[in-house]
Formats: sequence, C-alpha cells, structure tokens
Amino acid sequence: MKSGTLTSRSLKSRRRFLGTAAAAMAGAMAALTGCGKNEVEAFLQHNFRELSKDELRQVIARLEADARRKYGREIRIGLEPAQQGVIFGYALDLSRCIGCRRCAKACVKENNPSRDPQIEWIRVLQLNKEEGVDVSHADPYYNPEEVPQEGHFYMPVQCHQCRNAPCTKVCPVGATWQEPDGMVVVDYNWCIGCRYCMAACPYGARRFNWGEPAIPAAELNPVTHYLGNRPRPKGVVEKCTFCIQRVRKGLYPACVEICPTGSRKFGNLADPKSEIRYILENKRVFVFKEELNTKPKFFYFYGV
Amino acid sequence: MTMAMLRSFLRFAKDSLGHICLGNRYYYAWIGFLLLLIAAGSAAYLGQLRDGLIVTHMRDQVSWGFYIGNFTFLVGVAAAAIMLVIPAYIYDWEPIREITILGEVLAISALVMCLCFVMVDIGRPDRFWHITPLVGRLNFPTSLLAWDVIVLNIYLLLNWFVVTYLLYCSYTRRHYVKAIVLPLVLFSIPMAVSIHSVTAFLFNGLSARPFWNSAILAPRFLASAFCSGPAILLVLLQILRKVTSLKIKDEAIFKVAELMAYTMGFTLFLTLAEVFKEFYSNTEHLVYTKYLWFGLQGHHTLVPYAWGSVACGLAAFLLLLMPRTRTSWVGLNVGCVLIYASVYIEKGMGLIIPGLTPDPLGEIYVYTPSATEILVAAGIFGIGFLVFTLMLKVAVPIMLGELTVSPGAPAQHS
Repeated sequence: MKSGTLTSRSLKSRRRFLGTAAAAMAGAMAALTGCGKNEVEAFLQHNFRELSKDELRQVIARLEADARRKYGREIRIGLEPAQQGVIFGYALDLSRCIGCRRCAKACVKENNPSRDPQIEWIRVLQLNKEEGVDVSHADPYYNPEEVPQEGHFYMPVQCHQCRNAPCTKVCPVGATWQEPDGMVVVDYNWCIGCRYCMAACPYGARRFNWGEPAIPAAELNPVTHYLGNRPRPKGVVEKCTFCIQRVRKGLYPACVEICPTGSRKFGNLADPKSEIRYILENKRVFVFKEELNTKPKFFYFYGV
Repeated sequence: MTMAMLRSFLRFAKDSLGHICLGNRYYYAWIGFLLLLIAAGSAAYLGQLRDGLIVTHMRDQVSWGFYIGNFTFLVGVAAAAIMLVIPAYIYDWEPIREITILGEVLAISALVMCLCFVMVDIGRPDRFWHITPLVGRLNFPTSLLAWDVIVLNIYLLLNWFVVTYLLYCSYTRRHYVKAIVLPLVLFSIPMAVSIHSVTAFLFNGLSARPFWNSAILAPRFLASAFCSGPAILLVLLQILRKVTSLKIKDEAIFKVAELMAYTMGFTLFLTLAEVFKEFYSNTEHLVYTKYLWFGLQGHHTLVPYAWGSVACGLAAFLLLLMPRTRTSWVGLNVGCVLIYASVYIEKGMGLIIPGLTPDPLGEIYVYTPSATEILVAAGIFGIGFLVFTLMLKVAVPIMLGELTVSPGAPAQHS
C-alpha cells in the first residue's frame, strides 16, 4: 500500500510540474503559432484522470464556451462522481420488447450524438423466432408499418459495460476506462481515434465520429456530464454510458424511462434488495456472447 | 576529439546531401514522379483532415481498412529485410555488409511508411503526443498497440543507427568497430521477429473477432513476411549489380530464392490449415472465412482477391521450388513479383476486411477503399520509395568506396 501512495504522490507532483510547464508552454505556443490560446490549451490538455481541480474548472469553462460558439446555447458540463456502494446494472426483457425503437430515439434526444452523420448508441435487432439469438439472421434495418412482426422477436443491443472489458484493455492511451460505479466511459479530449476499441468490442457498441458532428441547436440537451453526453468533436469514439449524467443524480437512463412495455430494468447491483438483483436471482437470465468472458453488467432475461 | 568527430560527421552529412542532388535525368525523372505521387497523396490527406475519416469508406461496421492493411504488410517487409541477414551469416555470403546495409535501408523505408499509415488512420493526428511514452499516457503493457509503438520505434532507431554508422565509417575510410555493430545487428534479428509478432498479436488478441483470434496468426505473418521482404530485395540486388559495380554472387541470390520457396510453401500450408479448421468444424465463426473465400449473402467483393492471392502464391512457390526456373532470371523475377502480389493482396484485402465482416451484430457492410484512401496510400508509398531512393543514392557509392572523405581514394575494407 505504502509504495502505492508514494507512486501516486510522485506522479501527482510530476503532473503538477508538467501542468505548470504546459501552461507556460501554452502561452509561448499561442504567441509563436498564431493559434488562439484556447486551441493551444485544448492541444495540451491532459487525460481527465490526471487533471487537478483547478485544471478541470478551466477545461470545463473552455468546453462550455466552445459549445456556446458552435451551437449558440448555454450548456452545463457536470462532473458528478460515482457514489459509494453503487454498481449499476441493466436487464432487458426479451419477452416484452416489441422493437418500437423508442429507446434508440430517446437515447439520441438525451445524449447529443451527431444527427448528420447519424449516430445511435442503441441498435435494435429483429431476429427470427425459429433461429433464436443468432446474429447471422439479424436485421437492424427492419422498417415495417407495425411492430412486432409475426414470427420475429427484438433484441436491443447497447454497451454492456463489461467488468472484463476488452475495449478499455486495448486502448493505447488510456482514453477509456471503467468508473467505480461500473460505467465504461471515454475522455473525448484524450481519445486519439485509432478505433482499436471498436475492433475489440464484441457487441458493436462503440461509435466513431467519422465526420464533424452536427446537431440542430434546438435539439441540443444542455444538461451534460464530462464523461457522458457533452458534445463530441470529430475523430473520436463514443458510446452508451447508461446516461451517466442522469443515473448519478438518481434518475433512470432515458431508454429505461421511455420504454412503453417496461422491458428495461435498471438498478444497483450492490443492493440485494434492488429490482435488478431480484431479476438476476429469479428470472431466466442470459448473457450475450457469454463464452467471451466479458462479464457484462447488461443482462437479457425472459420475464414471461 | 568530439569536435573533430562532429566536424567530420557534418561533412559526411553535407557530402551525402550534395550527392542526393546530383544524378542523371532518369534519376531526376524518378524523383519527380515520386514527388508528384506525394503531392497527390498530400492533397487527398488534407481533404481527409478537413472533413474527417468520413471521406474513406470505413464505417462503424468495418472500422479499419486499407490503411491498416498496408501498415500490416509493411511491418512484414521491415521485419523480413533484416531476417535476411540470418542466412547471409549462416551461409557466409561474401557481401554480408552490403546485404545488411540494403536490408536496413529497406527496413527503414518500410517503417517510415508504417508510421505514416498509422498517422493517416487515426482520427486525431493532432493528439499523437498522447501516445508518446512519459509525455503522454501510454497504456503499457496492457495495450498491444502500445507495444507496437515501442518496438517499431526501437527497431527504426536501431536500423537507422547501424546503417548510418556503417556508412559513416566507410566514408571516413575507417573500419567499423565490430564490438558495436555485431551485437546491434544480432539484436535487430529478434527485434525484427518481435515487430511482426506484436503486430500479429494486436489482431490475434481480440476475442471479438474470431477470424483473427487464431493461434497461427503470428506464425502466418512471419512466414508470409519471410517471402515478401526478400522478394523485394532480390529484385533490387539484381538492379544494383547491373547499374553499379556492386558484386553479388549468383549463388547468394539463388539461395535466398530457394528459402523463399520453402517459406511460401509453408505459408500456403498454414493458410490451408486455417481454411480446413474453419470449414470442417463449421461453427458460427465460419462466416468470416466464407465471406473471404466464397462470399456471403450475395456479397462477393473479396473472393477474387482471396483466390488471386493463393494463385499467385502457388505459382511463385512452383517457380522458385524447381531449380530450372529458379536459376533462370525470368523465372526468378516472375516468382518474386508473384510473391509480392500474393502477400500484398492477402494483407491488404484478405486480413483486415474479413476480420471485421460481418460485424459483431451480423451486419455485412461491403467495404472497398475510397479514392482518398488509394491516393493517400499512393502518396505514402511515394514517401517510402523516396526515402529508399535517397538513402541508396548515398549508400551505394559509399559502399563501393566511390564517395569518401577524400574523393578518389578507395575506402578501407575489412
């Protein structure tokens, strides 16, 4: 333990020194290159997990100003931390889901993904009842007049927030990690856009900003979290965070709230009396691609 | 002492630069052509910087493509160029030093291209410093990409140092210090193996992609690289001994060709082993292999590449295996070109794309490189050939003792 404290302290002092050096360098570089001070500061910004409180304040002020410039609106970028004794978990009832995709739409409204190019974090698969959960027969582009369609069932897929996450393991710069309350998050200002995490994810849950993200100003959700739904830049990866900006304030994720059939269940895995624990202990539950040992905190079950 | 060394090194650098600028009109035409390629690639890349990677045909479903395929192929070339040093030592070929230098120049050029391909593939090249050890936050040892960054850079520095040192010694007409060179050259051999193994492990370790998640991926990489790297060198050695007074024995060339035949045979065998396992066991993982070899749900984009690569490989294997065709210059050179084509197609089209198609949720997104991707790749090959040409322009006369500290006097050979 002792050596751990020492290391983290020496790391902190090194970071502090680097921080001062970076601030000095930012001024010099702004003068030399003719770039704005903001751009230089953005360029030199370090990983979220290594920023001091002061640096974080500055970063957030800058990012909020960026959003004001781009969308002409005031947004708030929150930093709500994980609560002690909370590990979020999700369960989805395949016997109830009707494939209406309201979850995917509510997610877009809440989480500020680009509308053009279009990004959606939830992908609903239409599967054949005869084939069962076999993605080689999946159709994500189904578009009938009415759902559910005869002979089919629906399986929404989003980030499984794996405990043994292949995506965070492969990131070459530590731009994605698992928070203490279980969400796998991305630092959009540290990601280099190599997309190794996308190759590693067995659930196809990560999205890349292939072009400059565009959101109509009126549709921008101004209530955001640094690690969640704040507006993203071009060239970085993003993903579902269980609506970190909501759940850390005690709200349900947007997809849970909107679901008209009550197929989506969410709660604290660490609380033995929670609904999610009841489901895991009493229902017929399965884990998608269980053989990969990713240990998701997202479960599917058959409620009826 | 140090001042004198610095002065003579500066003179070495100055003479080298001067020599680069002089050449006949074929030389200028070639350089001009490469500069044109680079200009076209740069223009395409500027468009990509402005609009984002959306100008490529990569998408969330197939998130890596032509750039990473080229990167993988060139890591193989860089590795194999040095592995050629092994037989040179074992068989005690006469121009060991020359073959070593040529191999290293090829390795350096290939590595420069590798780093360029990584740079053009990432979404935020402005954040490249994040991956720099100590300054950024390199996720070492957990991320295989972090490993790759480290081994590729060490390998680049190593080769750059050895080749500069050898040439500098020749230039100053001093014999190189064997105690410095030999350990470094020997060290570069395991490094060569490691750059290609690490690059294979980078794909290999992903359980989400069954097509790559196969234990013979790294051996396949090494075997195929051992064919393609020397194929380039063999053609080059023939050209060099024709246009300069560099002497390379026929036997050396034939011996390398024979080794290439065996490794090509082994590569084909490993491919067969993979295909057998997938088709006979017929699990849900077969879809990727099927997409590559026969197409899936009416999509056959990769099929001609897959069979074309094997056909080239098989023909080259036979040409280089039979002594009569191997020792005829036509047979040998056709064999080399076929090997190069076979491995390039396999790494460029047959490795990355079927690894990612169908995507983890079963969707088939048909990927083929966009015009931007092809132009940018052409530009990077332009950079690589330029580095290669300029380095050889200096290296060859120095090796031959024509370019030394006092022109006219022969270099002091061992």
